[in-house]
Amino acid sequence: MSVRVLLPNAFQKHTNGTREIQSSAGNLPALITEMETTFPALRSHLRDESGQVRKFINFYVNEEDIRFLGNEKYSFQDGDEVLVIPSIAGGSFAEGDTRFGQEQKQMPNGGQCKCCSYCGQEECVCGD
Amino acid sequence: MAAAYELRCRECGKRYENAPLSICDECFSPLEVFVDLDAARHRFTREAIADGPSSMWRYQALLPVPDDYVPTTPAGWTPLLRAPRLAERIGARNLWLKNDAVCLPTLSFKDRVVAVALANAQTFGFDTVGCSSTGNLANAVAAQAARLGLKAYILVPADLEAAKILNTQVYGATLVRIDGNYDHVNRLCSQIADRYNWGFVNVNLRPYYAEGSKTVGFEIAEQLGWRLPDNVVVPMAGGSLIVKIRKAFQELIALGLVEEKEVRFFGAQATGCSPIATAVKTGADHIEPQRPATIARSLAIGNPADGIYATRAIRESGGWAEDVSDVEIVSAIQELAETEGVFTETAGGVTTAVTARLYAHGRIRPDELTVSCITGNGLKTTDVLQGAYEQHAAIRPRLGDFETYLAERKEEGELVAGGEYVR
Repeated sequence: MSVRVLLPNAFQKHTNGTREIQSSAGNLPALITEMETTFPALRSHLRDESGQVRKFINFYVNEEDIRFLGNEKYSFQDGDEVLVIPSIAGGSFAEGDTRFGQEQKQMPNGGQCKCCSYCGQEECVCGD
Repeated sequence: MAAAYELRCRECGKRYENAPLSICDECFSPLEVFVDLDAARHRFTREAIADGPSSMWRYQALLPVPDDYVPTTPAGWTPLLRAPRLAERIGARNLWLKNDAVCLPTLSFKDRVVAVALANAQTFGFDTVGCSSTGNLANAVAAQAARLGLKAYILVPADLEAAKILNTQVYGATLVRIDGNYDHVNRLCSQIADRYNWGFVNVNLRPYYAEGSKTVGFEIAEQLGWRLPDNVVVPMAGGSLIVKIRKAFQELIALGLVEEKEVRFFGAQATGCSPIATAVKTGADHIEPQRPATIARSLAIGNPADGIYATRAIRESGGWAEDVSDVEIVSAIQELAETEGVFTETAGGVTTAVTARLYAHGRIRPDELTVSCITGNGLKTTDVLQGAYEQHAAIRPRLGDFETYLAERKEEGELVAGGEYVR
């Protein structure tokens, strides 16, 4: 089983210019782990301080957003083409504006998590 | 900063020199233009603005273009209209319309963002520009590229309204119809921008492009006599406009051109594509993408690039978001035209219907100064009014025939007014 993974230009600085890889990963979490193993320099950029995959990175399988296919539960099929594309967004950055960071929410066990659909978790682990 | 503006990462703050770039190479988050307000302070005064051109370029000192840039397209400076008759219908007493249905050159607010984007395309030396579009942006890029002598590749969903396709091709642009929705088109453009040395206005030029939306906010404040409204109602597709109007107000406050005030921002979407309104209503801090199904094609973006920032702007301002059905959209188009003489496209129908609902639900109080942003022209989406009006048989060019016609009309009117044949 092999899938073709296309990487965006923004990754190339951390992948020695590689734009495409073949992967035998069975699903999205396995693919991300494989990408980090293949390109160790990418890891700290791919994940935020708490280890979550950054929310502005989108994954598509063939022509579909992987979130419509079940996200991390989707099993890659042989011949799938996986696109990795950072969101293209603007937003406000007025002088004196407080930086828009990721929402930190206190969990019952005292730890912290980030609730977002980009993190690979299908449902918010905070119970929101 | 060497220039009066630069790019910065919205999340990690990394700074970049001006370049056709929209993604941070450290954390893969979006880049934003950061304008040096202190550098602009002496040039951005009420007097200097009043002496400027009757276009959005009167605010050039706060736009990311070189100091010596000479604009060629007089976009913007559209009317801010009082809307007393619409107000009476929906229970408002101080309602205004920002009418970008008559923005030049292509009759939508997208002329503003494209003007800034193409100024930068020229600065960066691109000879070919492009965009992914739901229609209005396509028109704006095609027209302004023609004016600047740039080649244009425009990618659109294949089911776009005929008028928007024609209004792109007439300018000589290459129109590429894509078998998919806007989100598919947008993703493809990201890939193309990675491979081709083209200036995509809403991809690699996006940080500059988005700043053009600030001029809607600058104009509202200036046209109100340098004061801010209580509320603004804004249609949301990618979510950038609402965020940038708020940024404009914040910049005016920072420069002392208006009194400090927390303006409440209200977002409008069609129910058939309402990822941002849904996030606002459910209190979510992320956007769940949707598959669009609405006649408001110019708002049919299921995975809005600025959705998370729009949600944040609405929430921080104390505002709200609503979504309305396709039936309500058509009714609102008709109601706005009948009451105020403004013919808007489906996006304006969304905004008008949502504005009415916000009053009806008590989220906006009648006396508050509220501006409803009309962003596009109804001539582009006449298909949604197909069959809405009956055409009577032609009459002969004789006065007697005309008087008979009038008498029949009067009779019909009385019957309807009397209610005998209603329903």
